Amino acid sequence: MSGHGKLATTPAVALDIERLRRDFPILDLKVNGKPLIFLDNAASSQMPRQVMERWVKYRSEQHANIHRAVHYLSETATAEYEKARHKVQAFINAAEPRECIFTSGTTDGINLVAHGYGRKFFAAGDEIILTTLEHHSNIVPWQMVADEKGAKIRVVPVNDRGELLVDEYRKLFNAHTKFVAMTHVSNALGTIAPVKEMIRIAHEHGVPVLVDGAQAVPHLKVDVQDLDCDFYAFSGHKLCGPTGIGVLYGKAALLEKMQPFKGGGDMILSVTFEKTTYAPIPAKFEAGTPPIGEAITLGAAIDYLSAIDIERIAAHETDLLDYATDQLNRMPGIRLIGTAEKKAAVLSFAVEGVHPHDVGSLLNDDAVAIRTGHHCAQPVMQRFKVPATCRASFAFYNTMAEVDALATSIARVQKLFA
Amino acid sequence: MIMASRELYQEMILEHNKKPRNWGLLADATHKAEGLNPLCGDHLHLSLRLAGDTVEAVGFEGEACAICKASASMMTALVKGKTQSDAEQMVQEFRDMTTGKLDPAGPHHLGRLTVFAGVRDLPTRVKCAILPWHTLHAAFAGTDTASTE
Repeated sequence: MSGHGKLATTPAVALDIERLRRDFPILDLKVNGKPLIFLDNAASSQMPRQVMERWVKYRSEQHANIHRAVHYLSETATAEYEKARHKVQAFINAAEPRECIFTSGTTDGINLVAHGYGRKFFAAGDEIILTTLEHHSNIVPWQMVADEKGAKIRVVPVNDRGELLVDEYRKLFNAHTKFVAMTHVSNALGTIAPVKEMIRIAHEHGVPVLVDGAQAVPHLKVDVQDLDCDFYAFSGHKLCGPTGIGVLYGKAALLEKMQPFKGGGDMILSVTFEKTTYAPIPAKFEAGTPPIGEAITLGAAIDYLSAIDIERIAAHETDLLDYATDQLNRMPGIRLIGTAEKKAAVLSFAVEGVHPHDVGSLLNDDAVAIRTGHHCAQPVMQRFKVPATCRASFAFYNTMAEVDALATSIARVQKLFA
Repeated sequence: MIMASRELYQEMILEHNKKPRNWGLLADATHKAEGLNPLCGDHLHLSLRLAGDTVEAVGFEGEACAICKASASMMTALVKGKTQSDAEQMVQEFRDMTTGKLDPAGPHHLGRLTVFAGVRDLPTRVKCAILPWHTLHAAFAGTDTASTE
């Protein structure tokens, strides 16, 4: 896997960033009369023209409801939708397309498993292992099912660098452990978790693992068979795709024994008022009319990123992260939060004496877009004893000059508050 | 055209942020409340001592952005010595001013707090400025917690 901080190797051919930037119309935007510097990619990334055009083509030439009628458009839409599923399969190297379920996003995928697996198989006294690094979306669904079943949540701690303590994780396992849900990359700190090792440990105890890949998929080459994860959830909109679409990968054997999350059309084989027989996977988990155009457009986003090559993307982002880390480390009064050895392109920081929200507002004057707040990861904030952080998160279309602009803008804030 | 945030961060706000007035909670408070802005993490504790109908003493503490902290500092300075009903009127006026319903150039009782009028053009920061006032209202009303959500 690439993107491992300083371990990443520089590819033979570097990315032509200026050429790639021309694919993104929004990067030409002026904010407050200045060129937009978009450093909030961990929240949602921007969409290239090629991907937008796929949406237009679908809407102009291919839209009808899928899996329904025998007419031309319905057959075309169905074929394109299933083609997108194949692209997802290849992208994450799932064994079969039917293991890739289209969801509305990462949150939806996690809820699907909490409901479909947890509510069916958890019982009173069972334990679910989460980590300190989780986004609320990988905490709350498990708390809901734990409350309902009388199960308990156990939490893997982190060290002061924001790295998971694998030895402590090992100690959490016992006869009651039923499930592990963990992030691949921390949205608040950028830490890349040693998921492969942690999955292996869970499997030694016969415990299945769900990985929240929302922050990983845009930055690392993900191979679900190599990781051997049981479930892997991610979103389209962090991958230069549209909102409202995501993917839940699950091993077929597990998906087959789970209960459906939502009932409705398209997820049944037959219905009478006495009994419904569910459709086989993936349809069992895709009740109702799915986001067809969004799925097809996500397929185009996967094509776009794959053509650039995720390894080269990771290498450029690591360069950006290393440069930004160095720039901010040189500035007095800046504290970096999350200094794991293996990090994705997320830089969380605090400016001494200035609340993150003031930093965010003032950076916006310079058209620098960062995220400020708790990043939906309040346990991380509590661990590092901060109410909120400033977070700059990079995508492959960001430049070193934009990192310089970030540093200059932060220095201006410091001067104002001096 | 949205105004630049920098115009809001005037000397007075920066100064109150750095040296907030009435910082610290009262040991003999008759009224208190907690204010929370869950979206950005502003978190205040406000305590009051009422003698009859008059705000005799007021103190606050918390973790908040400059806009929120300066608003709280200037609010406490303003309401000290005022009656509850006068203070409640100021709460209403401050809310109206920061949501664009009250003209800061017209008649009101907010004095120099018109420096906050500019937040009406920064929708994401209105909640920061209003939080202390919500909290004051909650303290008068005997509600423990005020939230901007």
